[in-house]
Amino acid sequence: MRALRFLLLALALGISAPALAQEGTPRGVVSAEELEAATMRQGGMISGRVTLPDQAAANLIQPAGQAWRDFHNRTLTWVGGVAILGMLGVLVVFYLTRGRIRVEGGLSGRTIPRFNLLERANHWMVATSFIILGLTGLNLTFGRFLLLPLVGPETFTAISEAGKIAHNYLSFPFTLGIVLMLLLWVKDNIPNRLDIEWFKQGGGLIGKGHPDSKRFNGGQKMVFWLTILGGGAVAVSGYLLIFPLQGTTVADMQLAHTVHALVGVLMIAAMLAHIYIGSIGMEGAFDAMGSGQVDLNWAKEHHNLWTQEQLAAGRVSGIPGAEAKPAE
Amino acid sequence: MARLKFLCDSDRCIECNACVTACKNEHEVPWGINRRRVVTINDGRPGERSISMACMHCTDAPCAAVCPVSCFYTTADGVVLHDKDLCIGCGYCFYACPFGAPQYPRLGNFGGRGKMDKCTYCAGGPQEDNTRVEYTQYGSNRLAEGKLPICAEMCSTKALLAGDGEIIASIYRERVQTRGYGSGAWGWRTAYRTTVGA
Repeated sequence: MRALRFLLLALALGISAPALAQEGTPRGVVSAEELEAATMRQGGMISGRVTLPDQAAANLIQPAGQAWRDFHNRTLTWVGGVAILGMLGVLVVFYLTRGRIRVEGGLSGRTIPRFNLLERANHWMVATSFIILGLTGLNLTFGRFLLLPLVGPETFTAISEAGKIAHNYLSFPFTLGIVLMLLLWVKDNIPNRLDIEWFKQGGGLIGKGHPDSKRFNGGQKMVFWLTILGGGAVAVSGYLLIFPLQGTTVADMQLAHTVHALVGVLMIAAMLAHIYIGSIGMEGAFDAMGSGQVDLNWAKEHHNLWTQEQLAAGRVSGIPGAEAKPAE
Repeated sequence: MARLKFLCDSDRCIECNACVTACKNEHEVPWGINRRRVVTINDGRPGERSISMACMHCTDAPCAAVCPVSCFYTTADGVVLHDKDLCIGCGYCFYACPFGAPQYPRLGNFGGRGKMDKCTYCAGGPQEDNTRVEYTQYGSNRLAEGKLPICAEMCSTKALLAGDGEIIASIYRERVQTRGYGSGAWGWRTAYRTTVGA
């Protein structure tokens, strides 16, 4: 009879019966210590009933917070630190060995439209919000070690509080931009056989030569899908965190934060490479998102198939037949 | 120095919620926030127990460990307090806390979590003791007046004990010995890495 009561109790509590039955205390009482230890092992939660309207208060003990603490304080710091500093290191080494990638044929002086105003405006909306979201996000993880000792607690709180508000509100232009980006560029970003060849040839980044490419090459497609899928993941997990406990539990929020933080730091690391190759890393590349007009020779080298299409459609401007200027 | 702890003897708690009410009244805790609450496990079933729970003022407190702005500090008596002037209301302490102690007044729209609020062990905050500004931010500072937390002081069945960890543990052990049973001190393993054996 007593064993049966234990069994029922254990089932009701959702924990394993043998663990309890061994530690039987008089009057069929569940020992707090045992229950806590068992819950801790199984990553569960001890909850009951409260008379308060706030039903989240019914959770008595949630030991999973310890695992989240470990993630936040150890795993995230390491993954984030290694990913971001590692990527910076790779880029510095790449710059020192490969140098700035020149337009081999020199600039032609003739241009070809690459991104229209809507595409560029949307790109920069996503870019600026991403940079601020990234920095304010990094501040929450690394700020207490890097910035707090420099500026002192009051200033650091002022920065972090403004950062939190910016982070919350900039999520909206960021998410809108990701959706627009998907609609604008998805048709040119479907992976195909050319991409496999592109990756085989190291994208022309490592080694010589320019693999065939349409509007977007394999690397750009990777950035695109990382932005769409990663951006989607941070957006969904972020909104779950913005609205605390709205259809979520503490465990859900811990998971949301874990996904949000990991995808976030990996995206930051990836975007460092994107920023590098789009600015100092490659001659002529910035114009695509700057003026929207790229040099014809740049286009021929990096996106030969796309350029042929554009030329066939007669979308080239500048002085026809003008001689190429020597590259600086 | 004492090491202040809470101990709830769940074999005595009758779920009267007086600790919850006394706490709210003593500190004028805002609407929607309960620094202390009573949870009944196995409600209506064999082994039903009510436990009064608030911030346990943990050893190696998880909230302090994850706080992005380092606004927590532990007093010489082992009470875990925080500075609301530094808190940014990010919610991290709430994710980490095993006891659901940190709560946030809802300010403005989405994401508008205000400064975190939790049990102070009736010890106020970093402001000067028993000043108006300390009371507004953290509630009353009974500890500075030489008194123990109001929740435990007025507990009708003396289920909730507050005070030096060793003293309250020995009181509890004596009870368990006298009455011959005890389900243990809830949260002690998680908060203090110790248990109170009979």
